[in-house]
Amino acid sequence: MTGYLGIDVGSVSTNIVFMNEDNHVLESIYLRTQGQPVKTLQLGLKKLAESLPASTVIKGVGTTGSARHLSAVMVGADVVKNEITAHAVAALQQVPGVQTVLEIGGQDSKIIILRKGVVADFAMNTVCAAGTGSFLDQQAGRLNIPIEEFGALALKARTPVRIAGRCAVFAESDMIHKQQMGFELPDILAGLCEALVRNYLNNVGKGKEILEPVVFQGGVAANIGMRKAFEKELGLKINIPRYYNVMGALGAALLAKEAAAKGNATRFKGFRVADMNFSTGSFECSGCPNMCEVIEISEEGTVIARWGDRCGRWSNALAREQVQIS
Amino acid sequence: MKVTFPHMGNLYICVKGMLEFLDIEVILPPASSKRTLTLGAKYSPEFACMPLKLNLGNLIEASELGADTIMMAGGCGPCRFGYYAQIEHSILQDLGYKYNLVVLEPPEKHITELTSRVRQITGKKSWWKVIQAIKYGYLKSRAVDEVELMSFKIRPRELVTGETDRALAEALKEIDRAGNMQELKLAEVRGKEIMNDVAVDSRRPVIKVALTGEIFTLLEPFANLNIERHLGRLAVEVDRSIYLSEWINDHLFMGLLKGIRSTKEYCRSAAPYLNHFVGGHGLETVGSIPVYARQGYAGVIQVFPFTCMPEIVAESILPKVSAANDIPVMTLIMDEHTGEAGMVTRLEAFVDLLERRQNRGYTMKNAK
Repeated sequence: MTGYLGIDVGSVSTNIVFMNEDNHVLESIYLRTQGQPVKTLQLGLKKLAESLPASTVIKGVGTTGSARHLSAVMVGADVVKNEITAHAVAALQQVPGVQTVLEIGGQDSKIIILRKGVVADFAMNTVCAAGTGSFLDQQAGRLNIPIEEFGALALKARTPVRIAGRCAVFAESDMIHKQQMGFELPDILAGLCEALVRNYLNNVGKGKEILEPVVFQGGVAANIGMRKAFEKELGLKINIPRYYNVMGALGAALLAKEAAAKGNATRFKGFRVADMNFSTGSFECSGCPNMCEVIEISEEGTVIARWGDRCGRWSNALAREQVQIS
Repeated sequence: MKVTFPHMGNLYICVKGMLEFLDIEVILPPASSKRTLTLGAKYSPEFACMPLKLNLGNLIEASELGADTIMMAGGCGPCRFGYYAQIEHSILQDLGYKYNLVVLEPPEKHITELTSRVRQITGKKSWWKVIQAIKYGYLKSRAVDEVELMSFKIRPRELVTGETDRALAEALKEIDRAGNMQELKLAEVRGKEIMNDVAVDSRRPVIKVALTGEIFTLLEPFANLNIERHLGRLAVEVDRSIYLSEWINDHLFMGLLKGIRSTKEYCRSAAPYLNHFVGGHGLETVGSIPVYARQGYAGVIQVFPFTCMPEIVAESILPKVSAANDIPVMTLIMDEHTGEAGMVTRLEAFVDLLERRQNRGYTMKNAK
C-alpha cells in the first residue's frame, strides 16, 4: 500500500493522517500537544506505524500548523504549508464547491473565502483569542462539565441568555453574573455559544461575504452548540466534514500528494524518526539588545535547524553551511 | 548641545547627516530593540500606539548615552502623532530626564516656518549653510531610498539567503559614513555596486506585492517585524506606498521638487471611495490600492499599529476598494508582540492565495 502523510502540529493538538492514493483517510490520529511538539509528534508517528501494515510505502509528507517548520525538519517533509492553505485544500476536497470555511481551533480562528475552488480572501484573529477552543475549554472546566457534553447541554436551552462576547475576560464575568442571578446552565451555555459566534463574525468575519456551501471545521466544530449558534446567526446550513478535527493534516497530505505528482522522491526519513533522539535547546544571542532567543533542534547530537533570530545571524549561518555541503 | 531624535527605519541617516553638516553633535539612540519597547511600554499610556512607546524608549536610551536635546517631527493632522513630541517630553520630565525639546512641524503656509524651527538648533549658522544642510540630508534620504528600492528587487531573487540583507546593511553604512556632498555621491555609487554584486537568479518567478498603511510601521523594521525581509524570502518583490525622501518632499518641502513620485496621486485615486482627509495617511492608503492595481501588483498589504484611527477608517473602506479594483488586500495590525511566526503564517497564506489566483487566471469579477 502506498500513501501520504499529513502532519499538523498546532498549539493545542497534534494531528497526523495517512491518506491513500484515492484521497481516502485510512488512519487519523489526534493528540494533545501539551507544549511538547517533538515528543507528541514522535508518539503520534509511533502509533501510526503500529496501525499501518509493515509494507506501507510513504510517497510524500506534508506539514502544517504553528510547528510546521519544526516538524518538517524532524520527519523530512516534502511540503511545508501554512494552516490557511492546508485547511482550504482539505475543505475543497471534502465539500466540493465550498465557498466559506469557518475554522475555530485551540488558539486561533480563521475564515477562508473560496470562489471557484480558489482562496479569494481570508482573515485570522490578530490581537485577541477570545472565542477560541481554549476559552470554551476553560469555561467548561469552571462549570465542571466535560467539554464533550458542552454542546449537547447548550441545545437544551429554551431562552439563551445574552452574554457580552467581545472580550473573553468580560464574557466570563458576565457569565458568572448571570449564573448568580439564577439563570439555568443550558441557557447560559447557549448564550455563550451565541456570544462567541457574534464575536467571531464581527472580529474575524467582518466585511466578508459568507456564501453557501459553508463548512465549519477545527476542534470547536465538535461542539454542536456552536454549530447551532452559527446556523441561527447566519441563517445558512453549516456542514461539518467527517474529518473536521484533522482537516489541517488532511490538507497537508493532499499537498504532499500534489508535490509527489511532480516526480520528486520523498525526503521522509521513515518511521524510525519516532525513536530517534531529538533535542531542542535555546540560547539568548548577545549580538545586540534584541537578545533574541534562538532555538535549535538537534538530531542525534547534530544541529539540523535553528530559528528565532531576527537578523538571521544563526539561521543563515546554518543555511550557508548547507549550501556548502550540497 | 547633544541632539537626539527617535528612530524610524533609516531616517537617522538623513537627519544625522543634516545635523553633522552643521557641526552639531548627534547622539543616536541604539536601534530599536526589545529593550526599547520594554522601556517605552513601561512608561507610556497603555492605549497609546506602538510608535509612541518606541519613541519614548529611544529617547530614554539616548539620554543614557548623554543626549540633552530632542529634535522631533510633529504634525497638525488629527493623527495622534502630532502631539507625541510634547507628550513624550512631558513623560520624560516626570521621569527625571533632562531634555530640551525642538519640534519640527510641517509648515502650514510657507517653508520658512520649518527653517525658523531649524534655527533653534542651528544657532548662528548662515541660512545658506542651513539650506545646504537640509539639501544634504534630503540627498542622503534619496540615496538610502535608492539602495532600499534595489533591495526590494534583489531580495526575492537572491541565490544565497540573507545576502541582500548583508549587502543592504553595508550599502547603508557607506551612505551613513559619507561626510560631505562629494563623498555622498561616491557612497551612493558604491552602495549601488554593493547591491549589484549580490548573486541573483533573474529568471526566478516572483510575485509583486505592495505595502501600504501607516508611515512609522511601514518604515521601521522593528515595528513591522521585518515584513519586507519575510516577503522577499517568499519570493515576493515589494514596493512601499511611502518612501522617506518622497515624504520629505511632499510634507516638508511642500512638493517643491518636481518629477518625484508624490502621494498626491493616491489622494486623487481615493476619490470614488473617500473624499476627505481622515488623518495620518488614511486617505493615501485607500488611494494607493487602485494605483497599485493599475500598476499590475498582485496584492496589497496594509500595515498599521493597533489603535491607529486613520488606518482603521481606511481598513473599513478597503473591502470595497479591493473588490472594485480586483486586487486582494490583507490587513496586518502591529502591536507589542514580537513573535514573527503568526505574521509569517499570514504572509505565506496571502502569497499562496495570490499565486493560485495568477496560475488560474482568476479574478474576483469572473468568480461572481
